[in-house]
Amino acid sequence: MTEPMLSRPRYPGLSADPHAKLNLIVCEGEGAGAVLDLAAKAPDGFFSRAAILFCATGASGSTYQTKLESLQPANFWVLPSIATAMFRLKGVLATATMGTRLYAAGTEPFIGSVLQEALAVGIDFKSVFTEHRGSAKRRIQCVHCKGLTEDVTASPFTCAHCGLTLFVRDHYSRRLGAFQGVCVDAEVPGEVPPVEELYP
Amino acid sequence: MSAPAEIRVRVTEAEAVTPAIKRLKLVPVTSNALPDFSGGAHTVVHYTDGPRHVRNPYSLMGSPFDSSAYQISVLRVPDSRGGSALIHDSVNEGTEITITSPINLFPIDRRARRHILIAGGIGITPFMAMTAQLDREGADFQLHYAMRCRDTGAYWKVLQGLYGHRVHTYFDDSNQTLPLTRLLDGQPLGTHLYVCGPAGMIDWVLKTARHAGWPDENVHYERFAAPPPGNTFAVELAKSKRTIEVGPRESVLEAIEAAGIEPQFLCRGGACGQCETAVVCADGTLQHNDHYLSDDEKASGKKMMICVSRFEGARLVLDL
Repeated sequence: MTEPMLSRPRYPGLSADPHAKLNLIVCEGEGAGAVLDLAAKAPDGFFSRAAILFCATGASGSTYQTKLESLQPANFWVLPSIATAMFRLKGVLATATMGTRLYAAGTEPFIGSVLQEALAVGIDFKSVFTEHRGSAKRRIQCVHCKGLTEDVTASPFTCAHCGLTLFVRDHYSRRLGAFQGVCVDAEVPGEVPPVEELYP
Repeated sequence: MSAPAEIRVRVTEAEAVTPAIKRLKLVPVTSNALPDFSGGAHTVVHYTDGPRHVRNPYSLMGSPFDSSAYQISVLRVPDSRGGSALIHDSVNEGTEITITSPINLFPIDRRARRHILIAGGIGITPFMAMTAQLDREGADFQLHYAMRCRDTGAYWKVLQGLYGHRVHTYFDDSNQTLPLTRLLDGQPLGTHLYVCGPAGMIDWVLKTARHAGWPDENVHYERFAAPPPGNTFAVELAKSKRTIEVGPRESVLEAIEAAGIEPQFLCRGGACGQCETAVVCADGTLQHNDHYLSDDEKASGKKMMICVSRFEGARLVLDL
């Protein structure tokens, strides 16, 4: 696994679109820090054209909430989970018009979920500004049973659905917002390499 | 591999659609069907008549669902290098010409929720095929077509007949202007914009869309630059160890082809990147006329697109 895979996403960081009529900013937990850093370099009036959708996960959620509010976005929503945040995002995207720029900041599974919603309304992933913050945990799809396991930080790990021991690959699916997990001991059942905490 | 596969075709219809636009229907000489293509694809027409010679790209404007024939439209360009004039003068019903397999550098983005097509003048041709495809697929589309006047504009009546209110026409001589800013405002997220027409129009649409907050990924355009004329210069080819002279009205690519070398190409208009060539040495100024290389790449002087770009100076050596 020395060569980076072409499908391995990159997250170049948030930058302000000076022309967007609506800056739709979706962030989670530590991702709020990326939005605060963006505020330091964004042009005047940027947040008056912004809506922030904040998923307040993690211990520092309430601290970030106050700081994000102080940016005085035109709209500010706080949601308790990724699922509720995505439901709200779906609703906003359904009636949004061209001139909307989407931003996503947080963990990789969170960004993946935002990009899935974007894809569903015809937004190209390359036009979404993204920044990875917080845990390196991954969402993994088991290639055998197709079940998705959330919050995977180590490889190999046990599939939450079928119980196979899965090796975590860098092969990524934007459609699923997930990496691929492949049975690690198919040749000799039980012969499993040591568990490494690769994605803390 | 050098050039894309070539196909011998016969002209079965040659119609003067307007005084300056000639429509050709092309059928294969040795088979019943031509390769499938999708809306937005083009072919490169290759035709020689004595000392006169043409090798130009043209959009396929027939229906992508009819592989028995292709159709192209050729605008006679008054100050052209003679290619379009040659087709107007000598290509008629029964003439056999050579074309390349279709290549699509201007495809429909099928993820779009709505498609807005903007054409100026002869830039209508790729949209003739695209509208046929979008209509058949039941897609949400609208065509906005600007022309100088009703007499010189091609196909607008046909399109109105086929697609009714989805076709909007604008005639310069009636002081009708394409309401671009209003058009870009309030479109549903996931709308894609396509523009083909004169360079000035494409620049205007790209700039207006960007200022309206449209992501670059949603704005598609096709511009084939005709190789601009210039001064004569010499090109040294490092691999073939030959020196070739490029005349004032031919491109580097054409001069090299005339000398019997077949570099790779697809669009011959500075758009696709296929003929990108490494510059070994350039003692002088590279005149980049393409829309493919980035500004940084152009400034580096290490690459050139030999289909449209030229050189002025003491010595140019290419890795060919």
